Amino acid sequence: MTAVNEAPVALSVEDLRKSFGNFEVLKGVSLAAREGEVISILGSSGSGKSTLLRCINLLEIPDSGTVTVAGETIRMERVRGVNRPVDRHQVERIRAELGMVFQSFNLWSHLTILENVIEAPVHVQKRPRKDTIAEAEALLEKVGIADKRNHYPAHLSGGQQQRAAIARALAMKPKVMLFDEPTSALDPELVGEVLRVMRSLADEGRTMLVVTHEMGFARDVSNRVIFLHQGRIEEDGAPREVFANSRSERFRQFISRETVG
Amino acid sequence: MDWAFLSETFRNLVSAIPLTLKLGALSMVLGSILATLLALMRLSGIRALDGVARLYIFVFRGTPLLVQIFLIYYGLGQFPAVRHSFLWPFLREPYWCAILALTLNTGAYVAEIIRGGLLAVPAGQIEAARACGMSPWLRFRRIVMPLAIRQALPAYGNEVIAIVKATSLTSIITLMEVTGVAARIIAETYRTVEVFVVAGAIYLAINFVLTRLIMLAEYRLTPHLRQPPQGRLVSAKGETR
Repeated sequence: MTAVNEAPVALSVEDLRKSFGNFEVLKGVSLAAREGEVISILGSSGSGKSTLLRCINLLEIPDSGTVTVAGETIRMERVRGVNRPVDRHQVERIRAELGMVFQSFNLWSHLTILENVIEAPVHVQKRPRKDTIAEAEALLEKVGIADKRNHYPAHLSGGQQQRAAIARALAMKPKVMLFDEPTSALDPELVGEVLRVMRSLADEGRTMLVVTHEMGFARDVSNRVIFLHQGRIEEDGAPREVFANSRSERFRQFISRETVG
Repeated sequence: MDWAFLSETFRNLVSAIPLTLKLGALSMVLGSILATLLALMRLSGIRALDGVARLYIFVFRGTPLLVQIFLIYYGLGQFPAVRHSFLWPFLREPYWCAILALTLNTGAYVAEIIRGGLLAVPAGQIEAARACGMSPWLRFRRIVMPLAIRQALPAYGNEVIAIVKATSLTSIITLMEVTGVAARIIAETYRTVEVFVVAGAIYLAINFVLTRLIMLAEYRLTPHLRQPPQGRLVSAKGETR
């Protein structure tokens, strides 16, 4: 744990705010993830946890606040009262450094699994196709679906699709992996195979931000737990501590609800 | 049955097929480019562009192609500005007037087909493309357009057939495509039924080939909608946890 705490900061957000209409989803969220840290972001629905993740790679544009990835801050400007990035190319470059895994997989349905994995490395990062194919095959092997390389997403189970989506994100060699409720759309018996892959990534020392409802993963795999409540960080600490003796009444209620339900 | 006359008519009409195909193919290609622009204007979210595209589609879908052909062929020459422009060498030719009319007309129809295809692209797949750092153009080229085309292809096939049949209207402005040649033979022989039966059969044959080609394209582009090869599925099953 101490080694992690001295590692350089891979990703930080500073005072992030975001409203949808009159509803303020994020009310000033700041956090820093050090290299190798696996952070579980918990919270009931509407707490802003998915929005937080989506603001980090600017799928949602925050109303204010900054996002910094590997020391580079995304430059924002205010035009007629609306916050927006200064340089689209900078945003695209930083997105390529953040591997995103979605709740509903979002694999490209017209491409095979292998084509899905090599698409961005070839066309965004302009790496030689041959190299990326070899890497993609190794990644598919690692997530356990090498035999599906020439299948289309529709031919795979949800768990296999999500593992393919993880391989697709890894193929970009991202500095940070972002998981947006990666097991929430899966049948219960398929959750395990995805969690196993995520655990192996954590064991490799990858930096991960995981929005999840999987209390087991948060407690056993992550080395830090953040609890969001109504757009603010309500609890932040090592899982052993916060699960055992959180000072937040709301967090204690939340985990008792989540673990029973 | 006068087989000698039928076969002579057939030979005469076959020699007109290249012009029919040229009219159809060129207006299809140019019309699709126009249609893509119109569809993007419709979806741009910019009111002025959307409005212009809407009006264009309303006018060209709402008036008969024959009227459009007449207006372009007889109407454009009325304006001195057109007669003195660099376009006049083209616009005084019935061939280019026909291409222009067919292009403008099919562009309006195909625009709506493409718009429908673009709207049907799942938002999540576009989001995944954004999330991995694709630029808007790359996203459009690699993800959005391929998915939209797959969605739009069946409807587009209808439009291809419609445009092949529509080329027959250009005979009215003196083009000697299949129908034009048929009309000339009828004027010489007064044998309306036989000649039009042969002409109809030729259109039928052309469209038969075209529908097969479109079906083939559809088949090739949508392996993801079919079951994977059975053998592979079974062998893969053992390793699925």
